[in-house]
Amino acid sequence: MSPPLLAARGVAAGYHQRRVLHEVSLQVAPGELLAIVGPNGAGKSTLLKVLSGALQPWGGVVELEGRPLQTFDRRALARRLASLGQESGSAFAFTVLEMVLMGRAPHLGALRLEGERDLKVAQQALERFDLLPLAARSINEISGGERRRVLLARVLAQEPQVALLDEPTAFLDLKHAAEIFSRLAQLRDERAMAVVATLHDLNAAALYADRVLLLKDGRAVGCGRPEEVLTRDNLRLVYETEVYVGRNPATGTVMVLPAAR
Amino acid sequence: MDARAKASPMPPAPQRSAPEARDVAAIGQAHLTRARMAEVLGTLGVALLAVCVLGVMFGSVRIDFLRALTQPSSPDHAILFAARMPRVLMGAVVGAILAAVGAALQALVRNPLAEGGTLGISSGAAFGAILALVFAYRVGGGAGIVPLAGFAAALLSTLAVYRLGQMHGRIEPFSLLLVGVIFNTFWSALILLINSVVNLYQTRSILFWLVGSLEAPTYREVAAVGALGAGGFVWLMWHARDMNLLSLGDDPARDLGVDVDAVRRAIFIATSLMIGAAVSVSGMIGFVGLIVPHILRLAFGADHRLLMPASFVAGAAFLVAADLIARLVIAPGELPVGVITALCGGPFFIYLLRREGHRGIAL
Repeated sequence: MSPPLLAARGVAAGYHQRRVLHEVSLQVAPGELLAIVGPNGAGKSTLLKVLSGALQPWGGVVELEGRPLQTFDRRALARRLASLGQESGSAFAFTVLEMVLMGRAPHLGALRLEGERDLKVAQQALERFDLLPLAARSINEISGGERRRVLLARVLAQEPQVALLDEPTAFLDLKHAAEIFSRLAQLRDERAMAVVATLHDLNAAALYADRVLLLKDGRAVGCGRPEEVLTRDNLRLVYETEVYVGRNPATGTVMVLPAAR
Repeated sequence: MDARAKASPMPPAPQRSAPEARDVAAIGQAHLTRARMAEVLGTLGVALLAVCVLGVMFGSVRIDFLRALTQPSSPDHAILFAARMPRVLMGAVVGAILAAVGAALQALVRNPLAEGGTLGISSGAAFGAILALVFAYRVGGGAGIVPLAGFAAALLSTLAVYRLGQMHGRIEPFSLLLVGVIFNTFWSALILLINSVVNLYQTRSILFWLVGSLEAPTYREVAAVGALGAGGFVWLMWHARDMNLLSLGDDPARDLGVDVDAVRRAIFIATSLMIGAAVSVSGMIGFVGLIVPHILRLAFGADHRLLMPASFVAGAAFLVAADLIARLVIAPGELPVGVITALCGGPFFIYLLRREGHRGIAL
C-alpha cells in the first residue's frame, strides 16, 4: 500500500514555552480538500505551519509521501508543497505577474530566468483567478482582496501536490470567496492536488471540504465528513455557544447558524 | 508614478473581463526578459563609458591630449595617466560597490531607505580602517590590514544593526534606521576621538574619512578594490532571485524554497567585504547606495536580477559624474566627492522618507 500524500502523526507543537498543539494526527490524499476549523487560538495556523515545515514539531512526525519533512531540502519541498500565509506584500513594487512568477522559483536554477513554460503556467494561474487585466500593475497598488487572489495564483504557479492555505478567503467578499472555493475544487479534481485550508466559515467548510478537522485547544475533537463532524453537540462543545445545525436548502450540505441571543 | 504602470497597454479594466486571448508575454515590462536585461545594461554601459571619457577629458586643469599621448615626459601625460585615469577608475569601482551594496541591503532589511551610510556600516568600516592605519603606522604591518579591518568592522556593524533593529524577531523598518543613525554618530565620534589622540595627518586627513573623497588613488589600490568589489558582486548576484523572494518576508521566502539563512549570510559578508574595501580607499561617500537603486527601481522594476547589475553599472557612472562635478565647480580647487553626493542625497533621503512613510513601509 502506498503511503498517504501528507500525514501528521501525533504532532505536538508550540512557541517558546507555550504549547499550542497536542497529539494531532491527520492524513490527506491526492484530490482531497481538508478544512481545518475551530475557534480563534485553537491552533489552526500552527498546525498549518507544522505541515509546511515552517515550524518544527516538538513531538510526532509529518511525512510527505512517506518521507519525513525534514529529509527534503527546501527547494525540493517547495516543488511539492505550497503555502499561502498571511503575508502583506513587498517593500518593493513588483508587478502582479512578477509576483506570480515567483512561484516558479523552486523549479528554476539560481541564475535561470523564467522561460516560456513558466510564463504559460503563470498565465494560466492568472486567468484562473481573473487577474490577467492586473498583470502589469504593482502589487502595492491593488486591493487586499486582489492581493489575496494574486497569492493564490502564485501557489498555483508553484504546481504543488499539496497546497496549504491559511484562511484563503480572508478579505474576500461573498462572490470572490465563492469563486475561490469553486476554483480550488476544480483544481483538486483536475490535477488531483490536495488542499488543506484553515477556515473560519463553517458553512464554507461544509460546502466545499471533503473532510473537516475540528480543533479545540490544540486537540482534534473530530475528523471526518462534514456532516459527521459539524454536529450540534461537537460545535456547542468547541465554540461554547448555542448553534443551530440544519441543511442548506440550496445545496443539501450542513448549515450552521448561531442560535444564542 | 511607476513607469511600468503607465506603459501597460491595459487600462484598469473591470474585474469581470473574461480571459480573452490575451498573452502575458505580450504585456511589455511586466516581467524580466533577457532582451530587457540586455537593453538596460547595454544602455547603462554606454552611459558609463561616456561619463568615464568625460571624466578623463576634463578636470581642474586643461591638458593637451596630443602631448599627453605622445610625450611620456610631459606634465600632461602625468596628469592624464597618474592622476585622472586612476581617479576615474576608482570612482567607477567605488560607485559600483556602493550602489550594488545599497540594493542588496535594501532587500535584506526590506526597506528602500537602507544603505551603507544610513545603516552606519560605512562609518564602522571607516573606524576599523583608521584604527588599522594608526596601528600599522605605530607598530608596522602590511597595507592589507586596512581594508581587512574595514571589513571586520563593517561586518560587526551590519550584524549589530540587524539584530538591534528587530523587535520580537521581526524587522522594524524605522527602528532599524534609527539604530543605523545612532551607529553612524557613534562611529563618527570614535573617529574624532582617535583623531584627537593621534595625529591622523600622518595617515590621511580626518576630512577624507568623514566626507569621502577619491583623491590620489594608485592603480594597485584600484585593482585591489576592484577585485574585492567584483568578487562580492558575483556572490550577491548568485542570490539575486532569492533577494526578490526575501523581500516578501522570511516565511514566504522559505516556503518558496529559499535557504533564508544562507542568503542573509551572503549579504552580510559580501556587502561588508565590499564596503570595507571601498571605504578604506575613499572614506564614507554617502547616499550613492540610496539614490541609484531607487531611480533604477522606478525606471526598470524591482527584480533584483536586473536591479543588482544595473546598480553596479549605474553606480559607477553616477560616482564618476559626481567626482567630475567635484573637480570642476571650484576649479582649479577641488571638492571632496562626498560633498556632492551628500548635497544630492540629503534632500533625496528626506523625499524618500516622506514618500515611504506615507505608503506605510512599517508593515
